[in-house]
Amino acid sequence: MIENAQLEGNKITLQKEKKVKLKSNSKKNKVSNGLIYALLTLLSIIWFIPLAWLILSSFRAEPGAFTTYIMPKAYTFDNYIKLFTETSLFNYPRWFLNTLVVAIFSCLLSTFFILGVSYALSRLRFKMRRPMMNIALILGMFPGFMSMIAIYHILKAMGLEQSLVSLVLVYSGGSGLQYYISKGFFDTIPKALDEAATLDGASKSTIFWKITLPLSRPIITYSILTSFLAPWVDFIFVSVIMKDNYSNYTIALGLYQMLTRENIYKYFTQFCAGAVIIAIPITILFIKMQKNFVEGVTGGSTKG
Amino acid sequence: MEDIKIPKENSIKIFFNILKVWFKSFHEAIINFFRIFIKGNFITKLSFIFMGLGCKLRGQLVKGLLYFATQLCYIVYMITFGWNYVTNITTLGTTSQYQVWNETLQINENLPGDNSMLILLFSVVTIIISLTMFIMYVKSVSASYKCELLKRDGIKPDGFMDDFKSLFDKNFHKTLLTLPTLGVIVTVILPLIFMILIAFTNFDKTHQPPGKLFTWVGFQNFKEVFWSNPLKSYTFSRLLTWTFIWAFCATFSNYILGMLLAIVINKKGIRFKGFWRTMFVLTIAVPQFVTLLLMSRMLHDLGPVNVFLQNIGLISEPIKFLTNGSTAKIVIILVNIWVGVPYTMLITSGILMNIPEELYESAKIDGAGPASIFTKITLPYMLFVTTPYLITQFIGNINNFNVIYLLTGGGPLSLKYFQAGETDLLVTWLYKMTVTEQNYALASTIGIIVLVISATLSLIAYNNSASVKKEDTFQ
Repeated sequence: MIENAQLEGNKITLQKEKKVKLKSNSKKNKVSNGLIYALLTLLSIIWFIPLAWLILSSFRAEPGAFTTYIMPKAYTFDNYIKLFTETSLFNYPRWFLNTLVVAIFSCLLSTFFILGVSYALSRLRFKMRRPMMNIALILGMFPGFMSMIAIYHILKAMGLEQSLVSLVLVYSGGSGLQYYISKGFFDTIPKALDEAATLDGASKSTIFWKITLPLSRPIITYSILTSFLAPWVDFIFVSVIMKDNYSNYTIALGLYQMLTRENIYKYFTQFCAGAVIIAIPITILFIKMQKNFVEGVTGGSTKG
Repeated sequence: MEDIKIPKENSIKIFFNILKVWFKSFHEAIINFFRIFIKGNFITKLSFIFMGLGCKLRGQLVKGLLYFATQLCYIVYMITFGWNYVTNITTLGTTSQYQVWNETLQINENLPGDNSMLILLFSVVTIIISLTMFIMYVKSVSASYKCELLKRDGIKPDGFMDDFKSLFDKNFHKTLLTLPTLGVIVTVILPLIFMILIAFTNFDKTHQPPGKLFTWVGFQNFKEVFWSNPLKSYTFSRLLTWTFIWAFCATFSNYILGMLLAIVINKKGIRFKGFWRTMFVLTIAVPQFVTLLLMSRMLHDLGPVNVFLQNIGLISEPIKFLTNGSTAKIVIILVNIWVGVPYTMLITSGILMNIPEELYESAKIDGAGPASIFTKITLPYMLFVTTPYLITQFIGNINNFNVIYLLTGGGPLSLKYFQAGETDLLVTWLYKMTVTEQNYALASTIGIIVLVISATLSLIAYNNSASVKKEDTFQ
């Protein structure tokens, strides 16, 4: 009995000690959490300032790239309106349409390419499967734009230089090499489904269209979105291919032209407005697919 | 990913194994080819000359005709087009554009000579077509022989409709892979070969087709870049050093800071995690060319950052953020942190959660503070798991065109450099050589060098990703 009581007593003191420790811990935690909140707020502000400046400048009534003050003196919607009305030098609506058309077609082509290749490599067994995967692995090491000189000359020889078709070709042509992520996805779909369908007399093509694709909504969305976004943000290829053909510029190259030395004074605020217009949908899309995106990148890099 | 077994062993060994397997199957194909010629009957022997004849006469009419049509097309192509170019590949053209006095118009008229660029390009195309043709040829011969064997056994060979139907079932992979493979050949493989070949020519501003010819110069360009041309080799060595310094700083600053940010946001007891994350993700969601162009204007001598600092009286003269070589380099790395940290934060968040909780708890019991927990547990664990990601990032930064080009355009320009600025990376130099200077030979040479560097690093990456697979050996 006595021993028991002693034990109980010991327990109680232990618990008390623990509570005290917890209390001091939580105090310490509160201070450190406070510091963290302060840090996060400060960082968020630093990270947000450039975007804020972009939005403010897009509503600024005074022209010019640089002002001697930070906050605009007057606000206006004109920059946005002018983008769509004054199209003689910088044809924003035209660029927007160009980019949209290129994005839609290259998105369709590359989604078809990526899904086809990854399905074939994941589900079908044929003689050239391993060699093809090895070749794709080696080719994937070469950064695409390194051979842009050659691509330009090839397109020129095909009579496609400075055209939107060539852009579609460039954005989607090599997309078959990006099969890793969706192949990984197809690998996870149970093979039993295919086997059951084969027993029922379904051909491979029927299985692909009627069984695998309906189950692959997430990866299809991912492929569509990534390939749809590429033309909106690419600057390199379009500048190499289009050169001086203003009417076939895409948004990225067009907006870049607004900031050249001759144009920047007059067009800086319009540049900001144009950038805001395309940044809004892209931002929404990106935040929506953030999860897919992370899975794609980490899945691709850690699983090798 | 269960099929990619590359990381298991030394990748060089694997590369040679692949070569060995290919060589072996090639060898077998050739032996088989001659065996067919000896064993086959008269019709099969004739199909060595007329592609598809064997198929045509043995019930596979459409298949045989298709083979024959391809053969005809190839011969017509070679006679009318391909042959002219392939025969010129050794010289890349001999007659340049010349002028002839035109009596009726009373002017000097330009008459077209050989176009070296087209000769090189179409030669490569013709060689690729010929190789494909050769493979088709071997296939057609073995198809003819197969028909003969089937007929001897009294079995009717598959008709065209059967073949067509098999494209959606047994041969579905052919349907799915044909177009993508064609796309890769035209936009990746062909340009790659073409680029490698250009590096061995003198295709620059003074040798522009159609006006002038260019020709083979062997390793001249490589020699110039490495040692024989002082200006070029100086530029190259300086830019190479800066490329590596940049890639190193950019990769690790982003990596460590991004990870710290992720740890801080994920800390227990911190609320509004989604909000904080979104605040940072906003910057990577906005297209990079917008944010970077904007940053370059903000950091301009007259830009708002300088204006702000002057208005609050911290400085009297604007700071030359981007127009002074060494400041520009630091500013670029700082801006890159702004651009890249949210990205790393997103990527590392998930992996950080996977670190076993026991590791932290035992460290806490041993009395480790947050700093030593980070350097002794988190960092080694993360380095171990994400080495491949880090190397990919490193390669990505070697080729990071956007940040440099859109921020400084490679400037400030320096006379000590060959048409390059102090912050130029090798790839932005390459871009300038291509777009503004039209010095394609030099650009291709730089391209090959960068490519060798990236490929070597990639190989190391794939080697090291074995460490990912043996995760349990950590500790």
